[in-house]
Amino acid sequence: MSDTISFVLFSGTDDKLQAAAVMSAGAAALGKRVNIFLQYWALDAFRKDRIDLDHGLSPEAGEAGRAAVDALRAAGQASWKDTLTQAKELGDVDIQACSLSMDLLHLEESDLDPLVDGVEGVTAFYLSAEDGEIVFI
Amino acid sequence: MALEIAKTVDAKGLSCPMPIVKTAQAIKDVPSGALLEVLSTDAGSTRDFAAWAKSTGNELVEQTVDGGVYRFVLRKK
Repeated sequence: MSDTISFVLFSGTDDKLQAAAVMSAGAAALGKRVNIFLQYWALDAFRKDRIDLDHGLSPEAGEAGRAAVDALRAAGQASWKDTLTQAKELGDVDIQACSLSMDLLHLEESDLDPLVDGVEGVTAFYLSAEDGEIVFI
Repeated sequence: MALEIAKTVDAKGLSCPMPIVKTAQAIKDVPSGALLEVLSTDAGSTRDFAAWAKSTGNELVEQTVDGGVYRFVLRKK
């Protein structure tokens, strides 16, 4: 089992970002090195002026899914932002923005939340991923 | 003989993976060989703590469940 795992975050809805944050924090707790590469709508959700907003849910959630997610949050579930913050405090979690998506969304690094460590291209991401698994969410 | 607990993590009410995240953070603060106690209400805890202990090399010394509260005692590697 490799000690590195890498996540490509593409979707920008709160349910998928939450799932990704949980997977990342769990890996960090096991002492794995975690790479997170932000593309498209996931990157948009990490803009510092948008990260705390409601990003909606995947279409399959429906009304019942919305109610279930709201209930878990009301019961005190940590947000994906807080979960990622704790994962970074605990272990080696590196969050990089995809440079192509930065161009697509007309973003500068200063537009991003401080959770994001930098901007890189896909080649640098593959190099960081080493021989570990890559998960696309 | 009661085991001497060096530190307790109260993770009751926290959902997965926060009980494990809090535990991984807290075990940094106790010396090797010391015992860490964790309380959790997350239903996945039993399998999660066994897996975490196995993977990290910390020993799961005791696990009990009482009224929906899981209690784990871990000995730091």
